[in-house]
Amino acid sequence: MNKRLIIVSGIIAGFFGVLLVRFGNPANMGVCVACFVRDISGGLGLHRAAAVQYIRPEISGFILGSFIIALFVGEFRARGGSSPIIRFFIGMAVMIGALVFLGCPLRMVLRLSAGDLNALVGLFGFIFGIYIGVLFLRRGFSLGRSYNLSSGNGMAIPVLAIILVILLMTAPIFIFFSESGPGAARAPFLISLAAGLIIGMVVQRSRLCQAGCFRDLMLIKDPHLLYGSLAIFVAAFIGNMALGYFKFGFAGQPVAHTDGVWNFLGLAVVGLGATLLGGCPLRQTVMAGEGDSDAAMVFLGLLFGAAFSHNFGLAASPAGVGAAGQWGAVIAGAFLLLVGFTFTLPKVKIPVKGGVTHER
Amino acid sequence: MSGNIDVRGLSCPEPVIRTKQALDQGLTNITVLADSRVSAENIRRLVKNYDCSCTVDDQNGEFTITINKEGK
Repeated sequence: MNKRLIIVSGIIAGFFGVLLVRFGNPANMGVCVACFVRDISGGLGLHRAAAVQYIRPEISGFILGSFIIALFVGEFRARGGSSPIIRFFIGMAVMIGALVFLGCPLRMVLRLSAGDLNALVGLFGFIFGIYIGVLFLRRGFSLGRSYNLSSGNGMAIPVLAIILVILLMTAPIFIFFSESGPGAARAPFLISLAAGLIIGMVVQRSRLCQAGCFRDLMLIKDPHLLYGSLAIFVAAFIGNMALGYFKFGFAGQPVAHTDGVWNFLGLAVVGLGATLLGGCPLRQTVMAGEGDSDAAMVFLGLLFGAAFSHNFGLAASPAGVGAAGQWGAVIAGAFLLLVGFTFTLPKVKIPVKGGVTHER
Repeated sequence: MSGNIDVRGLSCPEPVIRTKQALDQGLTNITVLADSRVSAENIRRLVKNYDCSCTVDDQNGEFTITINKEGK
């Protein structure tokens, strides 16, 4: 049905994922929602890790691309009310897990396509986390319904995205720019913004989701979303080969560590969190652009979680995962399990012959 | 047997799970009420895998998906 669209959107995301590295973004990090939101958090001074501070325009691009196309096709709808504060904390947990692995599921695929086998370990963890989430979903897990809100609620995150772009362009004295490290590796502003806008638009249309792809396979044996992830992988693999970025192995991979246990557990936390939320960090960011204020809460949770991770030394580095990061991932995972159990209600009854269920 | 399901406002993939549960329970005529095109698309894809027919009616963003298992 929309198979071509999901594949095209994956190819575009994978293509830019490599091309932006060519233009200056950090290696194997052409696009990454977790890393870039973390950089934005640093750019705003919410954390003071000097190596990762830059208001990445790609993220504003994702939000605004989705916002523009959603307006254009009539899918912009301000909505919310499905456990917003829980979603905020899940977003935070997801960021803690992602920064233990060093990347969101999108970067995991990009790292894999560049031959980083640590990302393969992460992929297994990610699938494991999704599996746990699917067990909750099968038993009736739900964060509840969202409802239509006045449109100002849907505008908040797109406006924030615009403000971030303005801050970057005007560079007032109170924002931070890394002088070395990943935060100093950046593609030219306009190229980054344009790539973000294009990715935001196509992902809004195709509903590409890295968590959904394995979830749907497990739940309903539907490979539709998987085509998108495979397309990212293939496009980025070809790009990495063509530009000579491909390097096979575990050791010495850019912005990565070789601690397998924590690569696995970090992305397991992300997989479980994303499944409970109903979408991966990229999808949440895109939905925040469509007017979903619950996804917007997740986005703020990611931003807050990134600041928390760096202020309290939870985030991993190429040297590995510190004790704080290990505790952080375990506590984040325990929190997600608690949410899973708390929000899993007895099986939903479907009334036969008439009557519309309104039970929750 | 027929039944109605209201999946409005539910996150992915709950609309699909609830529709699947209804199909698995052996309901043959199901009317699903959804409020997003994503849900409607996903349900349509699910129904296709079940070899059922369905129609989607879009009334200003309120989607009514009528699933018919009979005659297939």
